[in-house]
This record gives sequence, structure tokens and C-alpha cells, in this order.
Amino acid sequence: MAVKQRLKTIERNPNERNKDFNEVNLGYTQELAIEEAKRCLQCPNPTCVQGCPVGIDIPGFIKKIAEKDFEGSYKVLKKYNSLPAICGRVCPQEIQCEGSCVLNKVGQPISIGALERFIADWAINNNIEEDIIPEKRINKKIAIIGAGPAGLTTASELSKAGFSVDMYEVFHDVGGVLIYGIPEFRLPKSIVKKEAQLLKKLGVNIFTNIPVGLAIHPKELLEKYDAIFIGVGAGTPKFMDIEGTELNGVYSANEFLTRINLMKAYKFPQSDTPVKIGEKIVVIGGGNTAMDAARSALRLGANVTIVYRRSENEMPARKEEIKHAKEEGVKFQTLTQPVRYIGDENGNLIGIECIKMELGEPDESGRRKPIPIPNSNFIIEASVAIEAIGTNPNKLLLSQFDGLELNKWGYIKADEFGRTSIEKVFAGGDIVTGSATVILAMGAGKKAASVIKQALY
Amino acid sequence: MKNKILEKRKLAYGVHEFWIENPIVSKNAKAGQFVIFRLYENGERIPLTISAVNKDSFRVIVKAIGKSTYELCRLNKGDFILDVVGPLGMPSEVKYYGNALVIGGGVGIAAITPIVKELIKEKNNVDVILGGRSKEYIILENEFKNANNLYIVTDDGSLGEKAYPHQFMEKMIQEKNYDIIWAIGPSKMMKACSEVAKKHDIKIWVSLNSIMVDGTGMCGGCRVRIGNKLKYTCVDGPEFDGRLVDWESFEKRLNQYRKEEKIALSKYLQEVGEPTWL
Ligand SMILES: Cc1cc2nc3c(=O)[nH]c(=O)nc-3n(C[C@H](O)[C@H](O)[C@H](O)COP(=O)(O)OP(=O)(O)OC[C@H]3O[C@@H](n4cnc5c(N)ncnc54)[C@H](O)[C@@H]3O)c2cc1C
Ligand SMILES: Cc1cc2nc3c(=O)[nH]c(=O)nc-3n(C[C@H](O)[C@H](O)[C@H](O)COP(=O)(O)OP(=O)(O)OC[C@H]3O[C@@H](n4cnc5c(N)ncnc54)[C@H](O)[C@@H]3O)c2cc1C
Ligand code: SF4
Ligand code: SF4
Ligand code: FES
Ligand SMILES: [Mg+2]
Repeated sequence: MAVKQRLKTIERNPNERNKDFNEVNLGYTQELAIEEAKRCLQCPNPTCVQGCPVGIDIPGFIKKIAEKDFEGSYKVLKKYNSLPAICGRVCPQEIQCEGSCVLNKVGQPISIGALERFIADWAINNNIEEDIIPEKRINKKIAIIGAGPAGLTTASELSKAGFSVDMYEVFHDVGGVLIYGIPEFRLPKSIVKKEAQLLKKLGVNIFTNIPVGLAIHPKELLEKYDAIFIGVGAGTPKFMDIEGTELNGVYSANEFLTRINLMKAYKFPQSDTPVKIGEKIVVIGGGNTAMDAARSALRLGANVTIVYRRSENEMPARKEEIKHAKEEGVKFQTLTQPVRYIGDENGNLIGIECIKMELGEPDESGRRKPIPIPNSNFIIEASVAIEAIGTNPNKLLLSQFDGLELNKWGYIKADEFGRTSIEKVFAGGDIVTGSATVILAMGAGKKAASVIKQALY
Repeated sequence: MKNKILEKRKLAYGVHEFWIENPIVSKNAKAGQFVIFRLYENGERIPLTISAVNKDSFRVIVKAIGKSTYELCRLNKGDFILDVVGPLGMPSEVKYYGNALVIGGGVGIAAITPIVKELIKEKNNVDVILGGRSKEYIILENEFKNANNLYIVTDDGSLGEKAYPHQFMEKMIQEKNYDIIWAIGPSKMMKACSEVAKKHDIKIWVSLNSIMVDGTGMCGGCRVRIGNKLKYTCVDGPEFDGRLVDWESFEKRLNQYRKEEKIALSKYLQEVGEPTWL
């Protein structure tokens, strides 16, 4: 059977989009969406669903698109996923839903993410809202700590179920990594804002600017609430800690991206927060965070190189992001490891000493281990270096939470349903798993909400 | 409504005292902690030490040195601060030590007020040195009446002895045994005091004013090297043992954005004219 090629979404021209922060991928038009939806085989045993961490009825929502019943499609989606406009954009679909689509065997899988996004955007543009009246009011109070995808999902599930929900966030806005990490050109902030508005409509009390642990002690929360959900994220950036890490111009990706995304440093001096650009920027790492930092730096007018110690094959970033970065003009210098930052007399970064690497035997992670090649040191000129090499658990809350058991990496110990070592306390998302994905954080929130409901109904 | 400015008072040229209504901060703040303000939608996040609390409000004392602090000092009683986050940071390690010497320089005097108060509560003998450029910059003098001894030094000798705080400190250490020292003020002063303390082998707490963004340990921008380890000032500090601080890189990091800060301030002054309110 001949299978048609998947229909491409509309993407802005690389040489135009790399100069601004507007969205890169414009998604499907109605016609394209319907045609792509018609490619779906409507499998009786849909393998795609197994690939989705929240088990969306994928053939179900796609069928409705093919039938032009967009509202019906939205209803199906919303039953499983409270943030489809976000997941449709940022899920690593190629290893999840789309990676499990049967069409992979004979051709290209259905563009499930793009279809999900199409429906979610259509609903936003047409002001379609779901029924938000909970079946019944329950006189129990829930505290949610952290307003990232995990916290947002838990809050939405529990308030829909009729609980009274208070959500605490230390930043001045909700969204977590969605607003300070993932850049505007991949996920417009207006979409996250919409989701937050919806939560308010559901009756969730959102308290921003509250550092839980210091502004409210865990003991107080335990007294005041019937259940507590912790979704404070992975948080704290790691540094390689090589010589010169204190130099001006050396950033963590978190800092660089927060200055740009949340604090709008790209508008300086119209906004007050500055960020260093310079001519040459080096980004260290090979994950999604590295790609986001590199593509953001590019948009501020710099010449950007990604330095990664393994080869491109081992890069953990999504293939699509690597492709986007290359199209836009980011250079890649693989099999290279920084060993020292070099500064001038004022403490400003001027260069990075690196060493060339080769790949040896596979290590525990199954990836081939990079080994330095002796005497291959060389210097890359750079006035800004951005380290995107991973994160550690954020201690802000954990250091204050007596009796909460942590695992050997310092993340919260929780079972599959988010139950922790303290009875009323649940946790999910990056603070349990370490840096993962939006949809896994949401899935964790959903599971925790389900056991909280069971326990408190 | 939260974050209302209940009182504002000018203490010296460009130095203003604010009382801000915010029960969450006032009820939870401990000596040594700080808040972060954001003044308006495109504003930056600026950290300020909590220098006193009273029921539902807390106090900060602000020295105008750039765009955001100029703008803050322009606000008046009845105005609101858009965002106030806090308390942040680890509280000061206040306990019974014995003889304590506490040094405050410039606006650093605001930061030592709660520490001195708590140290006295813990039954320490507390001697205080206040330092400033000149008489005008010795602020809050009458808040140290309960200290065992209060000394004042100025750079120009217009009040108290003409000396730098670390010089006076050296003299006092030679006369009396101190079990603990606190020094909070400009980095030059804290560095000099730390050198004296190191020489005499006495523990000294300093409060670092690293450039911050989030204040929650999420960005790493406030990192400092303490005895060869990277620490984040906002969550591991802001107080550290001054003898272990890598002062050279700390001071250089404070100048990271000098160029941009100049642009921001001159643009602001172009918009508002002479800062007559300072
Ligand atoms: C640059 C970057 C790009 C990424 N790209 C993708 C992608 O394309 N696709 C994908 O699926 N995933 C991506 N991820 C990963 C994804 O964003 C995370 O896995 C996800 O956000 C985790 O959600 P969370 O709710 O657990 O935590 P977070 O999103 O980290 O949210 C935690 C929230 O808790 C708040 N908080 C922390 N401590 C406290 C406290 N004590 N009191 C109150 N509030 C507190 C924080 O301010 C934050 O808002 C990316 C991550 C980064 C950094
Ligand atoms: C924990 C802590 C407590 C502080 N307490 C007080 C206080 O009680 N009273 C007071 O007047 N000041 C205090 N400061 C310093 C105050 O935050 C800065 O003066 C202020 O941010 C300067 O902003 P600006 O725009 O007016 O000046 P700018 O012109 O932008 O900067 C002037 C200088 O201030 C420092 N600075 C700039 N931006 C920041 C930032 N985001 N965070 C920290 N420092 C920065 C830099 O060294 C810079 O060179 C404290 C700082 C810290 C870290
Ligand atoms: S939520 Fe993510 S994994 Fe699930 S169907 Fe949507 S895009 Fe695929
Ligand atoms: S596996 Fe593919 S073709 Fe089958 S239902 Fe899912 S998306 Fe459609
Ligand atoms: S200010 Fe960001 S980690 Fe301290
Ligand atoms: Mg400033």
C-alpha cells in the first residue's frame, strides 16, 4: 500500500526568523490539518497512544479533525491533556506518540503534535472553553508549590474535581520553565498566560512572589492543608567548574535564558535587565537547553558556536531543534571539551581553552564515552560562554522540609503516584525525576491528582 | 492591597528609608535575609536587605546608585511596589558567642541593625562600629543605643574618629578579645575587614551583594568562590566567612554590566530630568 508523505507545517524562512523572537513554526492551516488527519489509519489497536505519556485518544481526536469537527476534537484532547497548545509544540513527539505510530513501518508517521497544536490554537482563537463547573464542591484544601507544568496540571485537575486549591509560585508569573526557559520563538508566552487565566477561572488561588520554605514554613502548610503537591522543578544549574568560571561573560543557560525570556533583556534598555552579547558566543552542551540558548544568542546578533564533547549523533537534543539551529546559522564544534576560561585584567571572558576528544567504548548510558586526545589543546575566542550541562535539585524548599526523604541525587523520593515519605505530601515533575519533559511533568501531576482525589473524596 | 509604601523618609542625600506593607515578609523575616523588588512590568529584579520589621510591614534602606534605585527612591508614601519577593537567603547565624564586634559601613548600617538586635537578645556583649564617608552618611545612629559600645568613624573626620572601619577595627581587636565579627558595607570595606580578621584568626561574617536575578538558586549568576567551592549567594548566603571569600573575582563580577548600567541611567535621566528627589 502506498502511503502518502506527511504534510509539512509552515515554517518561517531561517534568514528572517533568526532576527526576531516570533514563533518559528506556524503550524497547519485548516486544509493542511484535515488532509494530514485523513492520513491516519484509525488503527483499532493504536500504538501511538502507548507512546503518549498521558495516553491521549489520538485516533479519536484526529478522526474529528478529518470530519472537520474541531470543537469535538478539542473536547477529546482536553479530556486527557490540559495543556495541548503547549504539548503540541514542545513534546519530543519523535520518541513518543509519533515514534510509536504504525506508519513508521511503511512511511512517515502522522504529525500528531502539529495536529494537537492546530486544534488547541483553533480553540484559543475561537474562544472555546471547556465546561469548568466541577461536579461538586469538596471542603478540602490543597496547596500546590511551584507553577510549572507539574503544578499547573495538578491544580487544574484538583480544582475541576471541586477541591479548594492554593498555588504558590516564587516568580512573579506562573509557568516555570515554560516562561523562563523555553524561548518565545518556540512557545509564545501568550499561550502560557491563557492557561494561567483558565486556572483562575477554575477558582485556583494563585499566589506569586512566595518562596515556600522561607515565606511559609512546610509545618504551616501541613497544618493548613489536607494535601500538598510539590512541583518545584530541577532548578539549580550545574557548572563544569573549570578555571575561570567566575569570569564575567560566563553564564549558565538558565541565567542567560531567564534574562532574555522572563526579564526581556532583548529589549534593553526599554526593559531594565541587561545581558552580555558580544560578537562571539560559545554554548557548551548538546541538549535542548543548549539549542535554545544558542538560537536565542543568535537572535541578539551574535556569532554562535555550540561546543559538545561527543559527536552530533550522541546529542540529546531533539533532531528538529538541531536542524533548526543549523538552518539559522549556529555552528557546531563537536568532539571538543572546554578545559579553561581565559579572561582579561578586568575579569571579562576573552577565550576558552578546549581539548579535542575522540569516542571510546560505550559507557553506562550506552553512549560512546568521550576521551581527550593528549596535546590537542586549542583556544576559541569568545566574550560570552553559556554552560548548558544540566541541573541539580533546587534546595530552596527542600532545605527547609524536615523529614522529606530524598534519593541519592538529592531529588524527592516518590512512588509512581507521587507519594512521598510524608503522608499528606505528594511530588512530581523534574523535582522527582531530574530534568525531563513537560509532558512527563504533567503526567506526574495528573497521577498525583488522581490519588489525592481518591484519598480525600 | 499588598506592597504599599506606608512611610518614606530621607536619611541622607540619595539614601531613603521605606516601610512597605507585606505581612508575609514581615512575619517570616529573620536577621540577615533580603527581599527582591520589581518596580514595574519591564523592571529588573533588585535585592535589598530587610532592615527591620513591624507588624505587617518591613523596612528597607535604599541607596540610589543607578536606574532602578533612582526610580525606587522617586516613589512616595502611598505608592505600591509591583513585586516584592521574600524573605530570601539564609538567616544570620545569630547565637551566643561572647564578645561580638559588628561593623556597618554606609547603607550596610541598615543591614546590621537586626543582627545587632538579635545578638543582644542572645546575651552577647556587642560593640558596634559605624563608618561612613562623612557625618551625613552615618545613619540610624540611635538604633544602636543598646549596644555595649558604639563607635563612629568617618573618612573625612566630620564625625567620630577620622579612620576607615578596618583601621579602627584593628585597634579594637588589639584591646579586646572578640569571639565573632560581622562586617557589612561596601565590598572594599568588607574585604579590608576580612583581611584584619584573618590576621587575628577571628571568624568574620560578611554579607555579599552579588548581582542577582531570581534569588532562588535557579540561575547561578550570583555565584562566588568561597574557599575554592562555588556557592550561590542567594541560597547559600548572603552571609559567608569573609576570610574564605575570593574577593578579587567577587569585585570584578560586580562590575559586569557597568556599560549597560550607564546607558540605563542616562536614558532614565533624559526622560525624567534632574533627580531633584534624591
Ligand atoms: C531551556 C529548556 C528547554 C526545554 N525544552 C523542552 C522541550 O522542548 N520539551 C519538553 O518537553 N521539555 C523541555 N524542557 C524541560 C521541561 O521544561 C521541564 O521538564 C518541565 O518544565 C518540568 O516541569 P516542572 O513543573 O517539574 O518544573 P518547572 O517547570 O521547573 O517549574 C517549577 C516551578 O516551581 C517554582 N518554585 C521552585 N521553588 C519554589 C518554592 N520554594 N516556592 C515556590 N515556587 C517554587 C519555580 O519558580 C518554577 O516556576 C526544557 C527545559 C529547559 C530548561
Ligand atoms: C543580598 C543583597 C542585599 C542588598 N541590600 C541592599 C540594601 O539594603 N540597600 C541598598 O541600597 N542596596 C542593597 N543591595 C544592592 C542593590 O541591590 C543594588 O544597589 C541595586 O540592584 C542597583 O540597581 P540599580 O539599577 O539602581 O543600579 P545599577 O546602575 O544597575 O547598578 C549599580 C551597581 O549595583 C549592582 N547591581 C546591579 N544590578 C544588581 C542586581 N540585580 N542585583 C544586585 N546588585 C546589582 C552592581 O554592582 C552595579 O554595578 C543589596 C544587594 C544584595 C545582593
Ligand atoms: S501530549 Fe505529547 S506525546 Fe502525547 S500525543 Fe500530544 S504531542 Fe504526543
Ligand atoms: S498509530 Fe498512527 S496511524 Fe494508527 S491511529 Fe495512531 S496516529 Fe493513526
Ligand atoms: S540569583 Fe540566581 S542563583 Fe542566585
Ligand atoms: Mg540596574
